[in-house]
Amino acid sequence: MTRRQLWQRFIAHIDLQLLLGIGLLLLTSLLILYSADNASWDRPLSQFRNIIVALVCMWVVANLPLHYLMRTALPIYVLGMVLLVGVALFGEISHGARRWLNLGVMTIQPSELMKIGVPLMMAWYFEKHEATLTLKNYFIAALLLLMPIALIARQPDLGTSLLITASGFYVLFLAGLSWRVIGGLFVAALASAPVMWSMMHDYQRHRIMMLFDPSQDALGNGYHTIQATIAVGSGGLIGKGYLNGTQTHLDFLPERTTDFIFAVYSEEFGLLGNLILLAMYSFVVWRGFIITSHASTYFTRLMSGSITLTFATYAFVNIGMVSGILPVVGVPLPLISYGGTSMLTLLLGFGMLMSIETHKKLVRT
Amino acid sequence: MKKHVEFKNHQREIFHFQLRLVVSIGFVLVLLAILLVRFAYLQLVRHSYYQTLAESNRIAVVPIVPNRGLILDRNGVVLARNYSGYTLEINQNKTTDMEATVNELSTLVEITPKDRKRFKKLMAESHDFETLVIRNRLSDEEIARFAAQQYRFPAVEIKARLFRDYPFGEKTSHLIGYIGRINDADFSELEENDLAANYRGSDYIGKTGLEQSYESDLHGTTGIEQVEVDAGGRAVRMLSHTPPVSGNTLILSIDAKLQEIAEQSFGNYRGALVAIDPNNGEVLAFVSKPGYDPNPFIDGIDTQSWDELNNSPDVPLNNRALRGQYPPGSTIKPFMALAGLNYHTRTPEQTISDPGVYYLPGSSRQYRDWKAGGHGSVNMFKAIQMSCDTYFYGLATEMGIDNIYNFLSRFGFGKKTGIDLEGETSGLLPSQDWKMKRYQQIWYPGDTVSVGIGQGYSLVTPMQLAFATATLANNGVAYKPHLVKEVQSSRNSENRLIAKDPLYDLNIDPKQLDLVRRAMVAVTQTGGTAVYASLGAPYHIAGKTGTAQVVAMKQGEKYDAKNVDERLRDHAWFIAYAPAEKPQIALAVLAENGGHGGGTAAPIARKVMDYYLLGKVPKPLTDAEVKGATEHD
Repeated sequence: MTRRQLWQRFIAHIDLQLLLGIGLLLLTSLLILYSADNASWDRPLSQFRNIIVALVCMWVVANLPLHYLMRTALPIYVLGMVLLVGVALFGEISHGARRWLNLGVMTIQPSELMKIGVPLMMAWYFEKHEATLTLKNYFIAALLLLMPIALIARQPDLGTSLLITASGFYVLFLAGLSWRVIGGLFVAALASAPVMWSMMHDYQRHRIMMLFDPSQDALGNGYHTIQATIAVGSGGLIGKGYLNGTQTHLDFLPERTTDFIFAVYSEEFGLLGNLILLAMYSFVVWRGFIITSHASTYFTRLMSGSITLTFATYAFVNIGMVSGILPVVGVPLPLISYGGTSMLTLLLGFGMLMSIETHKKLVRT
Repeated sequence: MKKHVEFKNHQREIFHFQLRLVVSIGFVLVLLAILLVRFAYLQLVRHSYYQTLAESNRIAVVPIVPNRGLILDRNGVVLARNYSGYTLEINQNKTTDMEATVNELSTLVEITPKDRKRFKKLMAESHDFETLVIRNRLSDEEIARFAAQQYRFPAVEIKARLFRDYPFGEKTSHLIGYIGRINDADFSELEENDLAANYRGSDYIGKTGLEQSYESDLHGTTGIEQVEVDAGGRAVRMLSHTPPVSGNTLILSIDAKLQEIAEQSFGNYRGALVAIDPNNGEVLAFVSKPGYDPNPFIDGIDTQSWDELNNSPDVPLNNRALRGQYPPGSTIKPFMALAGLNYHTRTPEQTISDPGVYYLPGSSRQYRDWKAGGHGSVNMFKAIQMSCDTYFYGLATEMGIDNIYNFLSRFGFGKKTGIDLEGETSGLLPSQDWKMKRYQQIWYPGDTVSVGIGQGYSLVTPMQLAFATATLANNGVAYKPHLVKEVQSSRNSENRLIAKDPLYDLNIDPKQLDLVRRAMVAVTQTGGTAVYASLGAPYHIAGKTGTAQVVAMKQGEKYDAKNVDERLRDHAWFIAYAPAEKPQIALAVLAENGGHGGGTAAPIARKVMDYYLLGKVPKPLTDAEVKGATEHD
């Protein structure tokens, strides 16, 4: 084989357009991490390693034929549930929440696994019962969603449980859940809000209350929102310039390499920068929808649609939270925030999208 | 047919899915639109608002200085307290021309040259961007005048602060001490001890006395307040608040009234008095005369007043009770007698004949008794009662310096008592080793002779002598003297007791002890050297007079108070405890240049004991009382 052939084989299952969008966002991540970390290379370098690892995993997944992917659904889901039960029983408590499981060699957060595991399982379930779908199947799929959600919400991890709920709901929605049921669910959700409210932890209520009046808790969670909003607003049309964000560099912004990194970006690059960033996200999401529309099987349609919508939701929730229109729920900005786990989860999802896109011909024949 | 249906179903399914996909895309577009609207609102519409916020955005961490702990006497009388007042303060980094600011301020409120000097000193000493006090204790009128003009002084503000105050002033100055501004030396010491964080915002620290030795209790824990400040540095909003914890309250064993009486009883004499409860080591009165007013020291005393205090011949800043070292004179005799009995150098009955002069064997050097012609036939009891020098010259010589050193050091001579004040001196109990080290000379028999009557190299502090007397009064069971009885925690209601167990028991033979104690009672009765001390007292006083020479007499020269400059006259000592049968108070009194212990020091002791034991408040001193007694020593 020539070098050219080798290369072609190497990228055979890579969707170049999707990779371009992801790559641009990852470059932005490194750029902005350097600024957020006060012009230090520590975080960008460490993030670079995370990216490389995640990209390799993405490549592997992209090269997996779809039936492999489907076969992993049940084991991943079962493993995830076992670990979640493990967390509930033996998990380590940190910051008042029981989210981590110490396996001796490493500490893991099983809810991250379920971000992929839940939609995968549901899509797989729908695929299995494709021919004879009745309301009962939707009901069972919803149960598959609710069991891990309940465990994660109990930890408590409001952000992750809401996002997984969203990804599961997207599967139900794309699988054709009737509008009447959706409407019913919506009404039920509104009706149950007071009950939910009473079941929430104090700090969770606090976060929601704070959204209406951040100054109520100006040091705690309100501090995050106030400082982030100031950062975004003071960025103006063109921003204060790279490495010139005062909110960032005078230490006003909390968690600025992770959940609040958007504030750093927005302060330094302004509205124009935001438009560019949204364009990059939109491009990735658009490509995701294209792939979804090409998808040839029920499973792949549901899976790719859910991955794409979830990705868009992540970005929206984080940016909304940083710019003060959503409560602070602890969701990183996808592909930009510092952190290895979320990077890996996201790129695994994109690996699946690529696999779906590049294996469809094989499926058809 | 079936295939057809399936195919149709598949088409329908695809159609349905595409429809859902379009809805999804619409959903994402809605999300996108929400964000765009929000960005436009924040970054275009409200941009200037947030820009101002970002510029003026400063979160200041403001330390909240805890209230300093109070100091109370044993009955709850306040000896050190805090009161609130207003100060005018200038923020250093908000004004470019400090001189001009101060000048302009002086048109509104009075700023004396003294204030200016103090302020300059503060500026030189300040560490960070702290605000500095230019004027203390503003009057209401001054506050009003400044408030009306405040807009002209962005860097100046009025602050309510707590001031330290010592209501007893100089009467408790050597005991309570004072706090003062933290200087560079204090600061580096705090940093060394990892305490600098707790002193953020604190301007004062204990400098002397109990304020110094109990600093860690009195200071308290600094609180923290996070506030958002605007561009002008003014707090806009509090973000968090960790309240400070006030310092602990000191409850002293001192009786303020007793202290006052003791202080006043000195009249014009300089000197010191330490009174101890022998049953537990609690110090009841602790006087060093003259004292000084500690209040001006708090905010930095001005140079002129300082010079006056520092250069005064009365040395008011010297803590005589704690640091003054004087020859014990004859007050050493009861202890010397106990030593003699202990080493069986003399039996109680053994008598000597006192011709009024003592010669060392083979020497022609005269060691005179204070009483010309001597006391005649003297045993140990009489020797103490009449303070016979010749008896103790011989006793000391026969006992030898090593025995004297060993025995007296057990009573705490030559050692710090460990009272809860800093800067105590240890006096001097001479020994062969000491003399060799100090003078590279061997010990001569003549040295021992002088030591026998508490002269020569011997030096004690009033504190030491009071401690030794208390130990004697308590039959040889010593308690560590302490001024603080309890430390009352401000966090909870727990009180920490200071030193309640005895230090040690000297295990002195009760018979030997009994003889010395009876002789000390005889001192204050007919035939003794301090008769006046117990005149009309409804209780028995055990005591011993003493005289500390200020100038050494030459051989053959005779001391005559009348011919000696007042400041070169002998110091008068009196040690005592009462009631003699069951002592409740033991004390040592030193009246500088007071002449004879029985005449000047003993009446002071009597007044203190009368008040403590009987609650009797003495009448103001008359001249007759000061000069009344004529007993000799």
